[in-house]
Amino acid sequence: MDSSHSEDIPKHVRKYVVVFVALLALTMITVTVSYLHLEKTAAITVALIIATVKGSLVASYFMHLISEKKMIYMALILTALFFVVLMGLPLLHHADPILYK
Amino acid sequence: MEIPYTIAARPDTGLFNAKMGIWLFLASEVMLFGALFTTYILLRVGAPEWPHGELDVPLATINTAVLISSSITMVMAWASLMMKQFNKYKLYMGLTILAGVIFLVIKAFEYGHHFETGELPSKSTFLAIYFTMTGLHGLHVVGGMIVNSYFWGPGSRMWKTEPARFTNRVEVAGLYWHFVDLVWIFLFPVLYLL
Repeated sequence: MDSSHSEDIPKHVRKYVVVFVALLALTMITVTVSYLHLEKTAAITVALIIATVKGSLVASYFMHLISEKKMIYMALILTALFFVVLMGLPLLHHADPILYK
Repeated sequence: MEIPYTIAARPDTGLFNAKMGIWLFLASEVMLFGALFTTYILLRVGAPEWPHGELDVPLATINTAVLISSSITMVMAWASLMMKQFNKYKLYMGLTILAGVIFLVIKAFEYGHHFETGELPSKSTFLAIYFTMTGLHGLHVVGGMIVNSYFWGPGSRMWKTEPARFTNRVEVAGLYWHFVDLVWIFLFPVLYLL
């Protein structure tokens, strides 16, 4: 956001406060849901969805990713790709039909 | 020799150099923590049983709120510099550092309790990955606090000579700090709630 001018900043500040309140609310929601003792798959799904929403809010607004330069997006797309491989490859091992007969 | 592109954007990237640099560093951090999250999943699906409810959820919830608060004070510190309000910057940066201290004190309290009750990393797979992940995250908090303290204290002299460059420095420190917050946002449910 190096293109932003000082007169835009108060507008951004209001957004930061909204994001902050949303993050606190989502934290309370995820803790409350954990006390409901949902079935395991549902609990994991809900917790990870909430965490992803919170993470996206931080990245989009506090880290200004919502309006960044192309070069950063390109670096992050590459990162996301490698991240999927990093997560996926070891887990594929569990899908191995020979090992888990 | 003058360091190039500390303020002006480099024509081919469209960014000042430190910003490109911090994002590449954060990309490597994604892979570092990604490897640990993958390890966690593998250990967990491979374990015959996985402990639940052993950690202090209320304390960790407070710590989550503390880190989220430190993220908004960090972005406010940068916004204050953008609005040329140096005193406000000092206040918000000071609060960010204070929140880091509170986070670490609470974490140390938690660790202390584990040690007292003999819950050492060697006791179980869960505790091993718990200490590895929260420990590495804690070190990141310490690292961020060292940088933030420098920019709050002696480093802030740059505001008088090169305000635009100093603002960029604080922005880059902020990007790192928000990333540390982001990692905790995932660590909290994964280790404490699930």
